[in-house]
Amino acid sequence: MKGLLAAAAVVAILFAANAAFTGAWGSALAISPYVLQVICLAGINIILAVSLNLINGFTGQFSIGHAGFMAIGAYASAYVTATFGDRVRSVLSFLPGEAQNGALLLLGLTVGAVLAAIAGFIVGVPSLRLRGDYLAIVTLGFGEIIRVFILNIDAVGGARGFSGIPKLSNFFWIYLFAALTIVVVYRIVRSSFGRTLVAIREDEIAAEAMGVDTTRSKVISFVVSSAMAGIGGGLFGHYLMYLHTNSFTFIKSIEIIIMIVIGGLGSITGSVVGAVLYISLTEGLREFAQYRMVAFSLLLIVIMIVRPQGILGRREFASFLTRRRRLPTTPAAPLG
Amino acid sequence: MALLELSGVTMRFGGLVAVNDLHLTLDAGHLYGLIGPNGAGKTTVFNVITGVYTPTSGGVRFDGDEISGERTVRITRRGIARTFQNIRLFGDMTVLDNVKVAFHCRQQADLAAAVFRAPKHSSEEARVDRESRELLKIFRLEGFAGEKARNLPYGSQRRLEIARAMATSPRLLLLDEPAAGMNPHEAQELMDLIRWVRDRFGMAILLVEHNMKVVMGICETVHALDYGSTVAVGKPAEIQSNPKVIEAYLGGA
Repeated sequence: MKGLLAAAAVVAILFAANAAFTGAWGSALAISPYVLQVICLAGINIILAVSLNLINGFTGQFSIGHAGFMAIGAYASAYVTATFGDRVRSVLSFLPGEAQNGALLLLGLTVGAVLAAIAGFIVGVPSLRLRGDYLAIVTLGFGEIIRVFILNIDAVGGARGFSGIPKLSNFFWIYLFAALTIVVVYRIVRSSFGRTLVAIREDEIAAEAMGVDTTRSKVISFVVSSAMAGIGGGLFGHYLMYLHTNSFTFIKSIEIIIMIVIGGLGSITGSVVGAVLYISLTEGLREFAQYRMVAFSLLLIVIMIVRPQGILGRREFASFLTRRRRLPTTPAAPLG
Repeated sequence: MALLELSGVTMRFGGLVAVNDLHLTLDAGHLYGLIGPNGAGKTTVFNVITGVYTPTSGGVRFDGDEISGERTVRITRRGIARTFQNIRLFGDMTVLDNVKVAFHCRQQADLAAAVFRAPKHSSEEARVDRESRELLKIFRLEGFAGEKARNLPYGSQRRLEIARAMATSPRLLLLDEPAAGMNPHEAQELMDLIRWVRDRFGMAILLVEHNMKVVMGICETVHALDYGSTVAVGKPAEIQSNPKVIEAYLGGA
């Protein structure tokens, strides 16, 4: 009951914020379209970063193919809404326009998320047998395969790009799904299943010996993470109304990794901070576009030296509210 | 019927025969010691029983079922749990969570229940929390519950490994040198604890240990290995006076 009330409150706040930001109520809060777009892209980055953190930070499996799953979600959902949009609208003609848009978007996102999840399963089952560098290389390869595959599908524009996507996503939907992603990932990592993920990160052999089906846990975490990336991609396409596979190269995957590394692998709060920080810097340095990547390299190097665990490490926002209890005198543990 | 039965187990790594034609029978509730000099193949026997290796030949039966070649996780779910010679805790997790992970394999609630906070998940979490804390109390670790496992003193880490293995509710517990690195006093305490746990929970224990005093003190049967082959099997007193065992340890005169 409390959860339902909280959810209703979040929806109401987002709805009001959306109306205020876009000036729909002639509000003083109305902001320039550019700033609003940056805020919305930040929300999409939050979805991508938090979902990637589930597999990279909590499960400890280094994947760099997130952009591929994002692309699947983006193209699949855009194809659904662009092709079947009119038919769905005629069925739902009794609803007001906003509700029709919402229903159509949800339909597209569902298809995108399911296809991304299926792709995640197909990629995950063979590649999660590998560890460390090997897994990274395989996921990198798969991400590129997905991109090149889409580039050669004429129904979604091929090399010309996919235009004519209805504008269905906005601040409200993006931040609704960002909040949903955070809640779902938070609940997963705090659950019994989530403990198995962290156990795999800490010691896979011991986890298996303690009755954790490591393959199953890893694949589930990968599939959930892929589905969320698909949703992020769907929101992305319906926000910009145009898609091109150039948005989903491995550079995009690396960008998401930079966000979670800066914020802290294994911290949801860190992913949110990293995503916002990253897009703020990219936009803030827009005037120096050629030197942007230099700035990021330097930032990463400085973080790796000063704070290798990322800004938040593995801590969450809530842990700053409760003071950490330390044992009085624990003798240093000689590990041998 | 025997709980665990190894019949003619041989494990080869290329030209090296780590375990050679091993026969071993362990009854329910029995405390069985496996001894031998370094490199005798003791840990390999553990790895064969727990499915880390599939034996080159021979069979492993647990509770009447053939288990050799099965995945480790399946074998753990059948009721065999182990500790590691080189401690393998989940270092960055709390002591309490280390134990809770091991309860997972007996839990019912799935991922969907966790995401939607179903009552089934919450009540199960409460039960796991209670039982984990009870286990920590038995192993005198309750004061460390919220501490990260890697920050524990060495002896406590060894005890936590046993507590974690106990959380899978095993019928057979494999302990790989649980007293390694402990001083005589700590080792004695640990042995009393192991015996107490066996009496309380009634599972069989297969113990690999270098500390002879400890093995001879608590095991009902002792099995001596050397170069992968059985040297002798018998009661502790018989093994202690067996000339072949003495030769294996000290070398021929």
